[in-house]
Amino acid sequence: MTDLFSKFDALIAQREGLLSTGVMDPFSLVMEEVKSPTVAVVNGKETILLGTYNYMGMTFDDDVIAAGKKALDEFGAGTTGSRVLNGTFQGHKECEDALKEFYDMKYAMVFSTGYQANLGIISTIAGKGDYIILDIDSHASIYDGCKMGDAEIVAFRHNDVEALEKRLKRLPADAGKLVVLEGVYSMLGDVAPLKEMIRVSKEAGAMILVDEAHSMGFIGENGRGVAEEQGVLDDVDFVIGTFSKSVGTVGGFCVSNHPKFEIMRLVCRPYVFTASLPPAVVACSATSIRKLMHGGNKRAHLWENSKTLHKGLRDLGFQLGTPEAQSAIIAVIMPDLGQGAMMWQALLENGLYVNLARPPATPAGMTLLRCSLCAEHTAEQVADILDRFERAGKAVGII
Amino acid sequence: MTERSDMFDRLKGLIEPFNKKGVAVTDSTTFAGDLEWDSLTVMDFVAEVEDSFDIVITMNMQAEIENVGQLVDAVTKLTD
Repeated sequence: MTDLFSKFDALIAQREGLLSTGVMDPFSLVMEEVKSPTVAVVNGKETILLGTYNYMGMTFDDDVIAAGKKALDEFGAGTTGSRVLNGTFQGHKECEDALKEFYDMKYAMVFSTGYQANLGIISTIAGKGDYIILDIDSHASIYDGCKMGDAEIVAFRHNDVEALEKRLKRLPADAGKLVVLEGVYSMLGDVAPLKEMIRVSKEAGAMILVDEAHSMGFIGENGRGVAEEQGVLDDVDFVIGTFSKSVGTVGGFCVSNHPKFEIMRLVCRPYVFTASLPPAVVACSATSIRKLMHGGNKRAHLWENSKTLHKGLRDLGFQLGTPEAQSAIIAVIMPDLGQGAMMWQALLENGLYVNLARPPATPAGMTLLRCSLCAEHTAEQVADILDRFERAGKAVGII
Repeated sequence: MTERSDMFDRLKGLIEPFNKKGVAVTDSTTFAGDLEWDSLTVMDFVAEVEDSFDIVITMNMQAEIENVGQLVDAVTKLTD
């Protein structure tokens, strides 16, 4: 008998090798208590959270929690059904209404996760004979959406407008084309030149999908994302987003002005063949989205935090993923996986949690300590974070 | 046959700057196994080939191309 698991042997060996050096497993951490958007108890120790994507700190917002409790009482624990059968409750419609208002778009469709939103929309709208043109550093959910569909896939170098334009020009003029971009790329926290990319895509007659998962709520005048910030949101055909970052819950969505958009509810399999979000989740989400429309002060504080952390880490001598703070993600580049894991553990022992990111999730085979800031991090916490980075970095010998 | 060997020579010329190990390149040389290219190198090389021939090699096609001979055939077909 062939053991189907033998294909994982190399990964198992790498993992055992890493753990045998005495570091704890970075991928099986448990949050024993969560005290606030920025503090949890890990291994019995109070720990500052700097790797949660909880950008706007909405997870413990009083109004959000009250809305969830009310929905739990009035609508029950779950929907036990698909959105197209028994699984659309009042809360799902309210959530979609809140999104339409937030983005000022005509149509909104709520999925059970952000992953499923990309999977569903991309695999459904680009079919056989169509082309999907995507950035090589696209998120796994985008690649999986491509793999699930029947379109031809064309990749171009990360954030390279010229490479995108050249490839678009080489494709058959009359073929259906979908260009898939992200506002903020989650590994390095860098922003895409959407304005130029959207211009060349429109010139080639392509439709455009932008994933704004990591920008919703704090980039752009109304928090609509990088496309809004760069003044090109009107040229975007589909915006994909998630509730599991700034909104502070779980779920995904697509908003659009396409006049035929509603047909997606019948043809998009990851929307149809799964249970809808629980009532409490959609109630929390709708309340949170509406509060994010008025989050100007929090946004300003988040940017301050991001800039302070970026400058502080750079001054300490760490190598960072971007020359300046472009989003609320600051990626610290580690020399290799071994030292990255040691640094990660040293930070945790100093009471600081960040994400350890490694290939294949990362570009160019990099090991990263990825920090994501929260609007609820105080200036004192940010100073504290820099102290802990200095101590851990010196102990491990990275700075 | 000359056309095919011309194509082979052109592609071999494009492979050489990425052939860090100095592997002898033949039709049966594989990119992942013999040349030991990682995904990043593959991406850079594909972009070189695409720009040199003004073609697009989709990821669907790339999945089917494991060795140099298959690449020669694929690029020949795309430039026809």
